[in-house]
Amino acid sequence: MALSSSHLLGLEGVPADDIRTILDTAENIKTIFDRPIPKVPTLRGITVVNLFFEASTRTRISFELAEKRLSADTVNFSSSTSSVKKGETLKDTVRNIAAMKINMIVIRHSAAGAAYFLTQCTDATIINAGDGQHEHPTQALLDMMTLREKWGQLAGKKVAIIGDVMHSRVAGSNIRGLLTMGAEVMVCGPKTLIPPGLHEFGVNVSYDIDEAIGWADALNVLRIQLERQEKGLFPTLREYHAEFGITRERIERAKKELIIMHPGPINRGVELDSDVADSDASIILDQVTNGVAVRMAVLVLLSGMDSNESSG
Amino acid sequence: MDLKIKAIVIDKNGLQRTITRLADEIIERNSGATNLAIIGIRTRGATIAERLVKKIEAIEKKQVPFGILDITLYRDDFRMRLKQPTVRATEISFNIDDKNLILVDDVLYTGRTSRAALDALMDIGRPATIQMAVLVDRGHRELPIQPDYVGKAIPTSIGEEVRVLLREVDDDDCVLLVEAPKEV
Repeated sequence: MALSSSHLLGLEGVPADDIRTILDTAENIKTIFDRPIPKVPTLRGITVVNLFFEASTRTRISFELAEKRLSADTVNFSSSTSSVKKGETLKDTVRNIAAMKINMIVIRHSAAGAAYFLTQCTDATIINAGDGQHEHPTQALLDMMTLREKWGQLAGKKVAIIGDVMHSRVAGSNIRGLLTMGAEVMVCGPKTLIPPGLHEFGVNVSYDIDEAIGWADALNVLRIQLERQEKGLFPTLREYHAEFGITRERIERAKKELIIMHPGPINRGVELDSDVADSDASIILDQVTNGVAVRMAVLVLLSGMDSNESSG
Repeated sequence: MDLKIKAIVIDKNGLQRTITRLADEIIERNSGATNLAIIGIRTRGATIAERLVKKIEAIEKKQVPFGILDITLYRDDFRMRLKQPTVRATEISFNIDDKNLILVDDVLYTGRTSRAALDALMDIGRPATIQMAVLVDRGHRELPIQPDYVGKAIPTSIGEEVRVLLREVDDDDCVLLVEAPKEV
């Protein structure tokens, strides 16, 4: 089975068959983790550069582990210790790295479209690890994998994405992926943090957290980016918590089984209370485990493809 | 797809007899089924392995651990093939350490699959021995690998292909010698 695209830039336009192939492959790859030697030789001789222009712990470690467990050679780049400090442009940075004969680039950048831009200046296979407020496809894939593990399938299930949907690439990719897989999606948060027009894409919109909890089978709780408060998009963290925070009382009031997800890092006591984050309903740590499996699957599936043509 | 069949190498009854004989040989060589475990390579190796397990269990009246090995991630041609193989799960739920493993495949050809399987097993544990059983050995080895149990050795040319059909996957039980389809 091969994917229909030779890069992973986002989930927009990615067909359900491709998503299914990635999730199936990830599920099978996950069985490797329990072995005495949790490593396979598949990407021996392949060099992967992790280009991180933005801070990241989880995603960078997750990608690096995925690469190492596939026996790829990895090079890490972070903007704080590089020539970017000296004023080098993204294009020059990438062309110089590509000249060292690398095969794949994992990029995280604050500008939307940065991953696409790289496909225009190098022949390497590009994987988007988050571009601005646009997409974060591997996060959505690991979210879908974790939900599918719980439910067996995604079609017909209801997922509510809670919080700062406006600035969230996690929301962007999740909405696209979940709709493709036939799930229903609702977004819920303060009006200032919900982009207009989402209902045109078939997304339900609510500004009432209790309504969203009552509707959903799973809550994907987004991180409130603390810097947003300075821009006046919501009054105080305390008020955000009072209006939209996921608390045990709210969950218990819904009187049903509900799955709690969070892409991390959690602001405990702001968007999500500790007793909910650490409860049995939470699959947050499963998400982290599955993140490595999903990234291994993406690397394996894309490594078999010639980046100059899209047919497998 | 139209296949040009050159010969039926093993027919339905022959296949049953061959598997019975392989089971007998395995038991004889290992003086019973104690400490024995059978591992089949996906897809058809696993099916043959499953039949061997049933036979050995029936003869020895003893449970024999059985596992399935997927070697996709260990292939040396993973990135070179025109059609990307599907990654499936390895299902070995018992500890292979210090076991006498019988590695089962349908056709032994270049030996590259067996090489990959050996590497995969070494990552899972440290068996006492690994012996290899194949339904068909068609020659043309590219690596120094030899089977311990052979259902049938068939001399073939490069332009030919051996197709093993098993009722569990193909609705039929036989081994065919066919003309290799032209690579597009």
